[in-house]
Formats: sequence, structure tokens, C-alpha cells
Amino acid sequence: MNAAKTQPLKAGLTKRQWRSVKQFIQGVLFLSPSLILFMVFVFIPLVKSIVLSGYITTPIGAPAKFVGLQNYSRFLADPAFLNSIKTTFLFILYVVPPTILISLILALLGNMQVNYIQVFRVLFSFTIAVSAATASLIFLYIYHPTVGVNYLLSLIGIPKIEWLVSSQTALFSIALITVWLQVGLNMVILLAAIQAIPEELFESAMIDGADWWKQLIHITLPLLSSTFFFLLVVDTLAAFQTFTPIHILTKGGPLSSTNLIVYSVYREFYFNGKYGLAAAQSIVLFVIMLVLTIIQFVFIERKVFYE
Amino acid sequence: MKRTGLKSERWLNFAKYLILIVAAIIMIYPVWSAFNLSMMTDAEATSFPPRQFPSGLHLTNIQRALRTAPLGRYLINSIIQSLLVMSGQLITACLAAYAFAFIDFRWRNIFFIIFLSTMMIPWEATIIPNYLLIKQLRWTDTFLGLSVPFMATGFGTFLLPLARPAVGTLAIYSFLQTYNQYLWPLLITNKPDMRTVQIGIALLQDEERYMINNIMAGVVFILVPTLVLFIITNKQLIRGLTAGAVKG
Repeated sequence: MNAAKTQPLKAGLTKRQWRSVKQFIQGVLFLSPSLILFMVFVFIPLVKSIVLSGYITTPIGAPAKFVGLQNYSRFLADPAFLNSIKTTFLFILYVVPPTILISLILALLGNMQVNYIQVFRVLFSFTIAVSAATASLIFLYIYHPTVGVNYLLSLIGIPKIEWLVSSQTALFSIALITVWLQVGLNMVILLAAIQAIPEELFESAMIDGADWWKQLIHITLPLLSSTFFFLLVVDTLAAFQTFTPIHILTKGGPLSSTNLIVYSVYREFYFNGKYGLAAAQSIVLFVIMLVLTIIQFVFIERKVFYE
Repeated sequence: MKRTGLKSERWLNFAKYLILIVAAIIMIYPVWSAFNLSMMTDAEATSFPPRQFPSGLHLTNIQRALRTAPLGRYLINSIIQSLLVMSGQLITACLAAYAFAFIDFRWRNIFFIIFLSTMMIPWEATIIPNYLLIKQLRWTDTFLGLSVPFMATGFGTFLLPLARPAVGTLAIYSFLQTYNQYLWPLLITNKPDMRTVQIGIALLQDEERYMINNIMAGVVFILVPTLVLFIITNKQLIRGLTAGAVKG
């Protein structure tokens, strides 16, 4: 110990230690409003969910009887819940690739150098501001058996599509609403990423005689790969969490064809009062989402091109 | 030579606008048809073959919707809720972002990871205990229950140091997010005078006496505030949001 530096201050702390304590208190004080809220509404509820998933509860949600993993084994053997898992993955397949593809097209269009392009950018991205509830009600009309988009299709001779009525098409119809809602945010993120590509790359490619298409394949798309990866994660999580259109339009039907896991969780606890079972389902959903996100990070991130 | 060059350039420009307009029409068609329907009279809305445009700007639907369903009250509720969440998030996120950026304290990285992990925990995993907690606190049908659980934000905290317009971005973003909420208000509000717009509008659909043009008038009524907000602020909102996404 160096005598010059370790002159004890109050409470036997050195000057440096005292400063670090002070800064720690200061830092935590600034974080504390967030920390307290996270504790009360995120971390403790997460632990409670896990605990609750081991119980059978009273109809108002109080743990009544500890059953260990029985809630899990019960619904993992239940064809209805396995169907929910399958439906959820199918839904992600219907939502995520089309969202990214359409957004890419709109972002490339929005990147064109013409007058009034800002107007078009707003028209391509305004669904950021549209709520899932209003979108669902609008599509209730669009999907009307005779007057909505079916009428427009009949004008060009395309036969009626059953949209929400048939178990063959209902999931796709819900997916289409989700795509429309997600495209706005995806488009602006892709457009910003395209605009961040250094202009020199295109200039030198042009000197080498690369046309628009070649530039797209060899410069734009590879440089967007980390953005695609980011959107893949964001869109997958959003698809997993889709609830509103199902609650407003299909209630999980017809024939459970749109009964996504989230909707199943909601029904089990809110209507059937099976809080323990619903908590177990929500934990399964959480684990699937976590694993998918980690897989996407580990396996896809590696192949992503960086400058 | 020069003339044909000019001509082909003009054609190219024309083609560009054509593609842009077609894409824009497809994107706005749903909202466009909602606006049209909201202006139709009952007879026009139910005619077949269906009319694509109203015969005039009939505002009777919105008047009827406002009179029979308290959409005005729902709107006020939603705006109060959104302003509460917005101010809460701005305060907590600014304080936390300040600490992360300017105070060099012990275990800062650990706290950083704690904040980051909140973004990885989806609401599904916490909603049942949160719902029970709100019931236990007797916060159902209150603005406290509608707003306090959302007043901290990991996303907003990380957004703030990234770009200068970020405070404005966070304000707009959290307002929009809250105004458009559906599941949480559905769970914790039952009294008609505490309902928020998104729940109120969804309920119209269950009532026989409302026809599609009445419902669309309600949809337009609650959609217009957010669309106007977006049109006014889109540059700032997008600049702030994409600053995080493109870098990360």
C-alpha cells in the first residue's frame, strides 16, 4: 500500500474508492426508475410465470396445487396445442419472407431519384402508424365474400377467394394483414440501409460496365445482408406475437386454423381460468422464441457479409 | 441522336412514375377504401355491384358513430394513456441513457445487459402475472394500470444516445405504440368509460346496429390522428428509428 495515495477519508475509504462508491450510487440512482419498473413488470413476472406453470390454480389465478411439469406434459401431448405450434410456424413462413421481399421492392422504388419521391416514401411506409385493430376492421371489408377485393377480382375474371371463411385460406389472410402492417417499418429500415451504401461503389461498378441488375446482385444485396438478418429476427418475433387480427376476425377458427400459440395462451387464462396451463404455454412460447433468436444469431450472422 | 436520347429518358421517367403509382395504390388501397366507405350512405354501402366511391362527402356516419358509441371518450382515454406512457418513457429513458453515456460506474456493463435482456423477454412470458398484479393492486379500469407497466423502455434507452433527434423520435414512437395497443387494455379495462379507442372500435363490429360504413367512419376517426402525426413527423421518426437499425 502506497502511503501517499491511501490517505484514509471518512469511514476508512481511500479517495479513489470513495469516488467510485459515489459514482456507483450516482449511476444506480439514474438507472433506478427503469430498474424498479423492469423489476416489477418484467423480471419478477417472468419468474412468477415459471413458478405458476408448475401449479394448478384456482379460477382467479392463485396457485392451488403443485403439479411439477404436469402442465407441460399435458399440453405437449395435446394434439390441439401441437396444432397451435405447427400453425404458428406456418404463419411465420407466410409472414416473414413476403414481408422482406415486398419491403425490398418498395425500398428500391423509394430510392429512385425522381421528383416528389418523398411523397411515395410516405405512402410506402405509413402503415407504421396504423394499428392492428383498425387494419383488421378494414380487412374485414376487404375480405368480404362479395363486395371487397373479391368484387375487384371478379371484374378480371378471377373466381372468389374464401379468405377468412375457409380453414384453407384463413391463416394466409391473417398473414397478409400482418405483412401489410410490417412492410412500413421494414421498408424504411431497408431504404436507410441502401442509402448508407457508399456512392463510390456504384460509380466504380458503372465504370466497369455493370448494369442496374448486376449492381443490385453484386453490391446492394450483399451489403444489405446484416439488415436482412436484423429484419428476419424482428419480423419473426412480430409474427410470433400476432394477436389482434385473430381476436377481432377469426377467434382462432375456422377449425382452429388460426389458433396461434399467443391466442391459445390468452384463451386458456382469460376464458378458461387455467392460469397454470396458460403460463406453461407462454413459457414454451418464450423458449421457442429465444432459441430461434439465438439460432438466427449463431448460424445466420456468420454468413452475413460485412464491409 | 440527342433527340431520341431525350425521348427515351422521358419514357424512362414516365415508367418510373407508373411503377411508383401502382405500388402506392396497392399499399394505400385498404385505407383508401375505408375512407370511401366511411362517406357512403347506408344505401350506397349496401348496393350491388358495390360502389367504389361515395356520391358525396356524407359525414352522417361519423356523427352517428360519435353519438351512439362514445368514440370521443375513448379517444380522450387513449390520448391520456399515450401521453402518460410517453412522458414516463422519456423520463426513465433519458435518466438511464445519461448514466450509461456519461457516468463511469462499477458494473455498468452488467446493468447494460440487464436493460438489453428486457428486450429479449416478450410480453407473453410476463402477461399473466402482470394481469394478476394489476387486479391485486385494484388498478383495473384506471390510467395507472394502463400506463405504469410500460413506463420503462430498454429500446428507448438504447435509442437515445444514437442520434440527436432521438428524443423526439422516442416521444412519437411511444405515443404511436401506446395509442395502437390492443391486448393490454382489452385485459384490464371493462368499464365503458375507461375503454381505449382500439377496443372501442373493435366492439362496434359485434353490434348488429352498425353497418360497415358506420364502422369505417369510426375506423377513420381513430386512424386520422396517427396518420396526421406520421405525415408531419415521418422524417424525424424514420431518421431516429433507422439510426439504430442500420448501425446495429
